[in-house]
Amino acid sequence: MNVAPQIWQAFVVCISAVFTQNILLSYFLGLCPFIGVSREIKSAFGLGLAVIFVMTSTCLLNWLAYHYVLEPLGLEFFRFILFIIVIAAFVQFVEMVIERYSPALYLRLGVFLPLITVNCAILGASLFMVIRSYSFIVTIGYGLGSGIGWFLAIIAMAGIRQKLANERIPQGLQGPGITLIIAGLMALAFIGFTGVLQGR
Amino acid sequence: MNASGAGAQSKNIAIEGLWRNNPIFKQVLGICSTLAVTNLVLNTVVMCVALVFTLSLSAATVSILRRFTPRNIRMMVETLIIAFYVIIVDIILKAYWPEMSGNLGPYVGLIITNCIVMGRCEAYGISNPPVSAFLDGFFNALGYSFVLLIIAIFRELLGMGTLLGFSVPYFSGPYWDKWIIMVMPPGAFFMLAIVTWIFRSIQLAKEKKSK
Repeated sequence: MNVAPQIWQAFVVCISAVFTQNILLSYFLGLCPFIGVSREIKSAFGLGLAVIFVMTSTCLLNWLAYHYVLEPLGLEFFRFILFIIVIAAFVQFVEMVIERYSPALYLRLGVFLPLITVNCAILGASLFMVIRSYSFIVTIGYGLGSGIGWFLAIIAMAGIRQKLANERIPQGLQGPGITLIIAGLMALAFIGFTGVLQGR
Repeated sequence: MNASGAGAQSKNIAIEGLWRNNPIFKQVLGICSTLAVTNLVLNTVVMCVALVFTLSLSAATVSILRRFTPRNIRMMVETLIIAFYVIIVDIILKAYWPEMSGNLGPYVGLIITNCIVMGRCEAYGISNPPVSAFLDGFFNALGYSFVLLIIAIFRELLGMGTLLGFSVPYFSGPYWDKWIIMVMPPGAFFMLAIVTWIFRSIQLAKEKKSK
């Protein structure tokens, strides 16, 4: 198997996952924490970093689990349960490791880790990776790119919402309403990246 | 509890789920996985049916098993119950309607992490008897579905000039400039924001009146 074209493809997939096919703005995954945790930049930053890390790692673990466990056994339909278990177990494991070795990091990221287990973006990335039948190397690029894309989106949103704190917004539109409108505008802006990459 | 009491209670559950505590514009839960399929009405209908099935049955199952579930691993148990029903839906779709299964892509599987399913199991199913848990799940799913259907109808009509794939006279004609943006992702965000705004304003106005 030739590796060089695959690395190139991984790079392309990574960039397109960040910009043209942002997992949040064009696939709507991970919207709940996006609306819930985007009130201030600090917590958005922590959650975003945790998502990048967990998404990249679980994509790889799930790739291995899918291709070396489920496919040989012919149990592909079982993947939902397996992926969820892998994600939950991984998050639990990371939480324990961080708590043991780096209390400072734990204080910053610890609260966000349990939230991630139910973040649909994480499971969604794994499912997309299976449906598009990416190879292992491309999966690295995809997981990383999706995580960075989500991170960028939530940081941008938190920045905008902090500025909005002192504005007068109609009562019915406060909270989720205005957040969705901003997300729509951001999605519109990200559509501008279409065409940057020819062929995914 | 006598019969009329039970009736009143189910009516209350229905109003809570459909309107007062609507999953989408009040709880703002679970919009992630389903918003993506609202560009076509047909996809939305299938997705909503799948959601009604999963949510009501998994809430009932969680409620039946609530006395046997150890407190500290209940999240895992709930997830597995939900995943069980989602797998059933996925297999049925793949077997009898492969094109639809392809259209929905990963979004059927994503019902598992849809926060509304977990949310209702955790908030209601785990501490209430099976029948009311079933009703709660059912009406919450309906409350969820009707909002998504409104969004889907507007998106398909304005964006493609069709409804359920059939062309609508004025909107598919040459006088109507199709709003392509509506079938693209930003359209979904804007529609959801507008729907949330309208419904919340109605609720707020009512609250003011009752005070």
